[in-house]
Amino acid sequence: MLILQQEYLKKVKKKSFIILTLLVPLLFVGMFALIIFLSLYDDKQERTIAVYDESTLFLGELEPEGTTQFHFVPKEKFDTLRTNLKGSEFYAILFIPENIYSNNTAQIISEKQLPMELTERIGRRLSRFIENDKRQKVIDEAGIPDLDERLAETRTTVKINTLKVSDTGEARKSSSEVAFIASYAMGFIIYFFVFMYGASVMRSVMEEKKNRIVEVIISSVKPFQLMAGKIIGTALVGLTQVGIWVIVGIILLGVGQSFFTPESAEQMSQSLMESSQQMGGATISQDMANNQVADILELVGNLNLPLILFSFLFYFLAGYLMYSSLLGAVGAAVDNEEDSQQMVFPITFPLILAIMILFPIARNPEGPIAFWGSIIPFTSPVAMLARVPYGVPTWELLLSMALLILATVGAIWAAAKIYKTGLLMYGKKVNLKELIKWLRYKN
Amino acid sequence: MELFSAQHVNKVFSKTRALSDVSISVKEQSIFGLLGPNGAGKTTLIRIINQITAPDDGELFLEGRKMRQSDVAHIGYLPEERGLYKKMKVGEQAVYLAQLKGMSRKDAMQNLKIWFERFEMMDWWNKKVEELSKGMQQKVQFVTTVVHKPTLLIFDEPFSGFDPINANLLKREILRLRDDGATIIFSTHNMGSVEELCDHIALINKSVKIVDGPTNEIREKYKSNIFEIKYKGNFEQVDKALGRRFKILEHVESVKENQLQVQYLNGDSNNDLLQAIIPAAEIISFEEIIPSMNDVFIKAVQESNNPKIQKDE
Repeated sequence: MLILQQEYLKKVKKKSFIILTLLVPLLFVGMFALIIFLSLYDDKQERTIAVYDESTLFLGELEPEGTTQFHFVPKEKFDTLRTNLKGSEFYAILFIPENIYSNNTAQIISEKQLPMELTERIGRRLSRFIENDKRQKVIDEAGIPDLDERLAETRTTVKINTLKVSDTGEARKSSSEVAFIASYAMGFIIYFFVFMYGASVMRSVMEEKKNRIVEVIISSVKPFQLMAGKIIGTALVGLTQVGIWVIVGIILLGVGQSFFTPESAEQMSQSLMESSQQMGGATISQDMANNQVADILELVGNLNLPLILFSFLFYFLAGYLMYSSLLGAVGAAVDNEEDSQQMVFPITFPLILAIMILFPIARNPEGPIAFWGSIIPFTSPVAMLARVPYGVPTWELLLSMALLILATVGAIWAAAKIYKTGLLMYGKKVNLKELIKWLRYKN
Repeated sequence: MELFSAQHVNKVFSKTRALSDVSISVKEQSIFGLLGPNGAGKTTLIRIINQITAPDDGELFLEGRKMRQSDVAHIGYLPEERGLYKKMKVGEQAVYLAQLKGMSRKDAMQNLKIWFERFEMMDWWNKKVEELSKGMQQKVQFVTTVVHKPTLLIFDEPFSGFDPINANLLKREILRLRDDGATIIFSTHNMGSVEELCDHIALINKSVKIVDGPTNEIREKYKSNIFEIKYKGNFEQVDKALGRRFKILEHVESVKENQLQVQYLNGDSNNDLLQAIIPAAEIISFEEIIPSMNDVFIKAVQESNNPKIQKDE
């Protein structure tokens, strides 16, 4: 109990803990702010692009695109520019050939590689211009006056709302996208925490061994108590950290809601709209964008939150217990940092594997990778959690949990033995064979 | 009265035998020296007493009853390899270690203050351990070993790493702890401190206890009938008088007096030696040389390593 408290206080008081605790939310907020900022005021660079229009169709028709100006030049100028672009005031040359209507191709000649977005925008603008022109011709030829409006009405975008039927037959709106994000995020959070705090336990054990203080301590308490205190203490540190983040997140959300006035929300959805327009070309109305936000909220609410929270806690704790006790044992078995590296790798490998299969799992939560990954205890904390938002058959969940509990108990048992033997063993290079021998010791 | 005893303790580490059938008995309020060459098994025995490792068989008794895990609260242990948390503050750390031994925070603070003042290290309370010199750290560690008023104190090589001044301070404190009622077991290679401090010793060599007894008796036992004689007279006459029955080990002549170290061989007695020398010289003093612990140690270990030598002699 005392060790637990000690370990907890020692870590919580550490500068790195405080910094990390404060920094991560700031980092997240900063990242979001940066993304929003960039999407609002993206391309600020002023460019002037020389346009030589061989087809003469576009003369005077190209409006400035954001901060990019278009300047029409005659053929002679185009020829000189072509060989001497570097010294000129132009950023690039757009060459529109005579036959653009038939082969739909134009050229941009530049010294540097142009931003992809810019070339895409120019391309879109040219196509829209030609498209409108052609359509107008068709409309004129057809002689149907409101053809334009009628054609516009035919444009359709189908949004698929997925509904999930639960055992009770109750259908609920669900979304693969939201589940995907949730699954990926949770798998990653578990990975991150297990890794970070497991390593922290290992370092703490190694420090005690290196300082030689461990002999004094295990003459006061049993090695198992020491290990348990350390692991639980560190777990509490982790929970404290998460707790702080959750509280900070809630506060920030509250502040954000009062800070983001309707206008700024409008601005944001507008920029969202713009960017989605740029990506797919589909037009989404303001209302639809607003609806989407509401939809996402509803969909998040429709995830089985209690189950997700419960499994998050369960897999976090079990995974953490298993890995941190194994890492703690490694810390006890080795003498120095370098030796620990090669012992740590085999232990953390399944965890890294789990993070690698996270993406395939999130894409196909029913596949064999997902199934085996979430049943085998070493990867299940990450893999199963990635599947939970999609819904997992109860028997699989129970099997996975049972196996994980077994594995965790086994890991703790093995770790306790290695720990006890290793703590007072100095100057001996430990390998796997040696460790297995230690497991067989009676005491 | 016996405070602690270990009976028929055996311990084997995979292939090496660390202790074979070792028994020791430690009287209350005494200082017990645990001696032996490196790797003899001293530290293993000490760890067994501290419940860090369990013996393969054999039993430990404290105050007449079997030892339990909880008894470690009454033991103070200073291991050979010392260390403290480097980043922790001295005072905080001392309180923590005392609490681990079952003291309340308040008592720990109170006792620590007394010890810190006695060792004049109150200024270090809020310093980090890494800011202290090695010697200072040793002092802190010593205090953390004794602060919970243990009835049994175990020091593994307590003097290593101490300068002579601090070693003396440590000796004084050890004696004082004994006088205050503590029982002390310590292992050391420093034979001088054994002569000074130990009431009783046990010598372990290659996992076997080869010598055990009160320090004085052991030195008596290991004396080799060597005498130092100071006399006035002629060495040649003395030499002739001693003849072949006595072996002269050393001879120093000076204006004031001559000095001689003589060993008598089997079958003779002190009187025989005196009788032989009296006719030849005027004796100023006659004193038996008691072997130092150092000599006892070397002799005992050599005898146990090569039993043949003993027989030949």
